[in-house]
Amino acid sequence: MEAALKASTKVEVQTQKPRSLWKDALIRLTRDKTALISLIIVVFYIFIALLSFCGLIAADWGVEAGDSYAAPSSEFWLGTDIFGRDVLSKVIHGTQVAMSIGFVTCLISIPIGVGLGAVAGYFGGWVDDIVVWFYTTVSSIPRIILLISISFLMGRGLLAVFMALGLTYWIDLCRLIRGEVLKHKNREYVQAAGAIGGGDMRKLFVHILPNVFHIVIINASLLFQRAIKSEVILSFIGVGVSGQPSWGTMIADARLELSRGVWWQLAGATAAMFLVVLAFNILGDALRDALDPKLRGKG
Amino acid sequence: MNSFQYILRRTLYAIPVLLGVCLIIFLIFNVFFGDPTALLLGKHANAEQMADLREQLGLNKPLYAQYFDVVKSAFTFDFGRSWATKQQISQMFAQGVGPSLSVSVPGFFISTILSILISLFVSHFRGKSIDTVTRVTCIAMMSLSSLVYILFCQWFFAFEMGWFEISGYEEGFPDFIPYVLLPVIIWVAISIGPDVRFFRTVILDEIYQDYVRTAKAKGVSNIVILLKHVLKNTMVPIITYVVIQLPFLILGALLIETFFSIPGLGTMIINALNNYDFPVIKAIAVVTSVGIIFFQLLTDVLYTVFDPRVKLQ
Repeated sequence: MEAALKASTKVEVQTQKPRSLWKDALIRLTRDKTALISLIIVVFYIFIALLSFCGLIAADWGVEAGDSYAAPSSEFWLGTDIFGRDVLSKVIHGTQVAMSIGFVTCLISIPIGVGLGAVAGYFGGWVDDIVVWFYTTVSSIPRIILLISISFLMGRGLLAVFMALGLTYWIDLCRLIRGEVLKHKNREYVQAAGAIGGGDMRKLFVHILPNVFHIVIINASLLFQRAIKSEVILSFIGVGVSGQPSWGTMIADARLELSRGVWWQLAGATAAMFLVVLAFNILGDALRDALDPKLRGKG
Repeated sequence: MNSFQYILRRTLYAIPVLLGVCLIIFLIFNVFFGDPTALLLGKHANAEQMADLREQLGLNKPLYAQYFDVVKSAFTFDFGRSWATKQQISQMFAQGVGPSLSVSVPGFFISTILSILISLFVSHFRGKSIDTVTRVTCIAMMSLSSLVYILFCQWFFAFEMGWFEISGYEEGFPDFIPYVLLPVIIWVAISIGPDVRFFRTVILDEIYQDYVRTAKAKGVSNIVILLKHVLKNTMVPIITYVVIQLPFLILGALLIETFFSIPGLGTMIINALNNYDFPVIKAIAVVTSVGIIFFQLLTDVLYTVFDPRVKLQ
C-alpha cells in the first residue's frame, strides 16, 4: 500500500515538472493572438528583406520602368516615381534597408549596453562610477542632436546611420541591465556559484546574465522599431541614407509630390513602415508581459 | 545624510557630467571631423586660403585650448560668431527662441493636459472596450512617423482645405497665432500617443495600491478616489516626465519648423548642417545639454523636498 502510494506520488511529480521561464513565455506568446500575428508579420518582413538582400526580388529598383509619376495600375501596383521607377520595388528595397538598420543598431548597441551595464552593476565601486558618469553624460545631450552629429561626422550613407543609431541607443539597456545585475549579484544562486569556486566572470556571464537576458529581448524589439523610425528623420534632414531608396527618403520625397496629387510613394512607404513598427510595438509589449511576470497586465 | 548635503552633492555631480558633455561635443567637431576648411571654401580652395581660414577660425590652437573654449562657452554662453552668417550666435539664439517656443510651449501644454485627462478617463473604465480602443489607438499613432503627420496635415488641412497658413511666419504676439495653429495641432497629434500610454500606465500602477482599496472600503466614490487620491500620488512620475521634456522645448520641433518655415532654433540647426556651420551646432548642443543637466538636477532636488519617501543616497 505504502509502496503504491509512493509510486503514484512519484508519477505525479514527474508530470508536473515546472516550466522554465522561456517555455512559459513561448506558451503565453502563442496563446496571445495579436502577438502571434505580429510575430508572423515580423518574420514576413525579415523574409522579404532577405530575398531582396540576395537580389531575388526588387533588384531592378533603379530601372526606369515606365513614365514619370504614373498612377498605380495593374502593371505598377504602387505607381512610379519621378524617374519612372517602380515604387513597389523601392518599397521592397526600403524594407531591406529598414530591417538592416534595425538589425545592425541592435548588433552595435546591445553588446555596448549589456557589457557596460553588467560590469558596472557587478563590480560597483569606481567601475560603476565611470559607467554611470558615461551614460549620464551621453544621455544629457539631446538624442536628436547626437544622432545628427554622429551621422554628419560619418558622412551620409547607410554606415553613418548604423553608427549614429548604434552609438546612441545603448543607454536605456545599459541602465536597465545595471539595475538588474545589482539586484541579482547577492542572491543565493550567485553565492552558491562562488562557493563552488566560480570566479567573477563565471558568476557574471554564466549565472547572472542568463537571468537578466529577458530584458535584452524586450528591449531589442522596441529598439528595432525606434531605429526604423529614426532613419526617416535622419534621411529627411539629409544626413541619412543616400544613393538607394529607403522608407525615409521616399517619405521625404513626398514633400514635393503631394501638391501634384502624387500620393502613392508616401502611401507605400508609410503603410510598409506602419505595419512593421506596429508589429514590433505589440510584440515588445507581449514579450514584456510574457517574460517579466512582475509587470504582467500593466501595458 | 541630510537633504542639504544630498542637494550639494547632487549639484556638484553636475560638473563632471557637464565636462563630459563638452568632451563629446569637442571630440565630434574638433577632433574627429578633421579639417572643415576644405568644405567651407569649396572645390577651388588653395592651401594658402585654407591655412588663413584655419588661423581665422582658431583651428590652429592646441587641442586643449579648443576643449577649454567649449567648456568656457557652457558657462558664459558666449559662442562666438557663426561661420556662415558671421552673426553673434547668442544673438541668433535670442532671435530663434521666440518662434520655437511659440510652437512648442502651447503644443506641449495642450498635449500634456489632454493626455492626463484622457488617461484618467480611460483608467476609470479600465478593462472596458473604450480602454482597449484607446490603448490600440495609442500604439497605432506611435507607429506612424512624425514626418507623415506633418506631410499629411500640411497637405490636407492647409493645401487642400486652405484653413491654415503654411509660411510667412510673423514675429510678436498675437501676429504669430495664425502661423502656429496647425504646427501646434500637429505637435499634439504626434505626442498624444506616447503621452497617454505613459500616463495610463502610471495611473494603473497606483490604482491597485492598498490605499485605493481602503478609500473604496470607506465608501469614497470612484471619481473622488481618482481625482483626489490617485492623481496626487501619480504626481511624482508625471512631474518627472514633464520636467525632463522642458529643455527640449527650446529646440522646438525641428521638423515642424522646417515644414512651416518658422525661423526657430530647429531651422537654425538644419541651416547650420547644410553650411557646415560647426559653432552653431556646438552652441545648440551645449545649450540644450546644460538645460537637460539643470532640469535633471531640479527634479532630483524637488523629489527630496516634496516626497519624504525618496531615499537619499
